[in-house]
Amino acid sequence: MVGQAILVTPIVVSFSIGAFEAVEPDVRLLARTLGASKLQESLAVLREAWNGVILALAASFNRALAELGIALMVGGNIRGLTRVLTTTIALETVRGEIELGIALTIILLIIVFTINACLNLLRRR
Amino acid sequence: MEILELRNVSKSYGEIRAIRNVSLKVRERETLAILGPNGAGKTTLLKIMAGLLQPDSGIILYRGKPIDGVDQLRRRVTMVFQMSVMFNTSVYGNVAYGLRVRGLPRREIDDKVRDVLRLVGLEGFEDRKAKELSGGEQQKVALARALAIQPEILLLDEPTSNLDSPSAASIEQILSQIKHRTSIVLTTHNIFQARRLAERIIFMSSGVIVEDSPAEEFFRQPKSVEAAKFISGETFF
Repeated sequence: MVGQAILVTPIVVSFSIGAFEAVEPDVRLLARTLGASKLQESLAVLREAWNGVILALAASFNRALAELGIALMVGGNIRGLTRVLTTTIALETVRGEIELGIALTIILLIIVFTINACLNLLRRR
Repeated sequence: MEILELRNVSKSYGEIRAIRNVSLKVRERETLAILGPNGAGKTTLLKIMAGLLQPDSGIILYRGKPIDGVDQLRRRVTMVFQMSVMFNTSVYGNVAYGLRVRGLPRREIDDKVRDVLRLVGLEGFEDRKAKELSGGEQQKVALARALAIQPEILLLDEPTSNLDSPSAASIEQILSQIKHRTSIVLTTHNIFQARRLAERIIFMSSGVIVEDSPAEEFFRQPKSVEAAKFISGETFF
């Protein structure tokens, strides 16, 4: 988890900064002229950057979930403690349990597609 | 009766003095045009009146009482920008924004949005993406959004300067319809527009008010040489 968090932090930060920078500067002023409070102004800016923030979340989630190297190096693939789906797939494949490896890969793909579909629904809102 | 009064208000941006010792009054239900060339300080003045800028010095009075910070003006005064800024949502979402931040019930918001969209001729546009509309339609949405909150003073910063003639005429027609419902302060380069819409003219040059006269008098016999040159077209932009 720690390794993944460090890995995705630059992705989340850079994508999110890009999303906020792309918001028209006058949006905050516009919200203010319409009577928004400071908090409501900030929410208006967040709403404008929303799609970019969701994109940042999707990119970092996909990167973290599919990560194998960091999970092995930092976590160590300890059963019941640091073993995750990707390290299990690698382990089972190396052990010759190809069917189990493929089944777990399908589960991983289903999780990725489902989460991305949900995030995409949020983006379109 | 005066709604808003500025007394000896000044504002600088670093070394540049945008407006100097400006004093003016905005009266109830009058249309006031601020005329002047580029860099005269019109937009700065409008932003101070909208509560978007804090003046460096001077006093602002709202209905005769001095206000501490420009924040107090926010819910009474609204401004339509020269380049229409749209929230990345539907026309309905844009027009409803000011009503939502005031916490109005859904049904009341629906009614008010429908009424102002009818007023600006955008009935049926509720679900359209605001950013996909033409420049003229976006400016109408901006106007509807401002009118929805029923401001005591509506500030318009060059509302038609980026529009083609038919769109500008359409905006002017809407302004003519609403001009006696609320106080309107508009900045413009366009003397013809000021003549058509305003009852009073303030002429600004280099950050100071050069002339403040009833519109008819201003155009018939301007008191200052600068205003006379501006009207005759010798000074433009």
